[in-house]
Amino acid sequence: MIISFLSDICLLLGGFFTLTGALGLLRFPNFYSRLHAASVTESLAAPLLITGVILDTGLTLDSAKLVLIILIMVIANPTITHALCRAAAHGGVNPEMRLKSSEKKQSQTDTELSSKESK
Amino acid sequence: MIAAAVVALLITLALTLIRAFLGPSIYDQILAVNSFGTKTVLLIVVGGHALDWFSYVDIALMYALVNFVGTLAVMRFFEQYKPEGEQSS
Repeated sequence: MIISFLSDICLLLGGFFTLTGALGLLRFPNFYSRLHAASVTESLAAPLLITGVILDTGLTLDSAKLVLIILIMVIANPTITHALCRAAAHGGVNPEMRLKSSEKKQSQTDTELSSKESK
Repeated sequence: MIAAAVVALLITLALTLIRAFLGPSIYDQILAVNSFGTKTVLLIVVGGHALDWFSYVDIALMYALVNFVGTLAVMRFFEQYKPEGEQSS
């Protein structure tokens, strides 16, 4: 009973974190902030969700394979994030280095950036 | 509770797909597609466990590996070759 309760908590938390990551991916203004939102929540939510399923299945061969999936994701997600960040930095996507920025200026720089990229 | 996780994953997939379609640069689209693949693996695991699919774990394992290699390949390609028209839509 305790194990099923823990499994429910893991599944709920994992669903919440995936939802948060998707909202950040959709709503954040910059490429790098979107990358941050997607990668950080992903590497927390995936082990939580799979741990919830493991606690529900019990000790079988399937749970061993699920642990393998967790290992693959924990290794692959930061690798993809690092490589994508490096590719974007080489490809000319500049991070904003300003400390204080009003909404107007930010939207202007965003349009400038997009026009520069479209060239 | 597992139904709530499945619903959250489905909403996540929809939002990620929106970002993949309207992402301003090509890197946004690669990021969104990679995130979509990861969430698909999670959906296979959670939904397969909820619906008692046969050997869903193997499919999820395969999908995780293919997603990793595919994203890396596309990203290495666009690291060297700049896309001509970045605006896809």
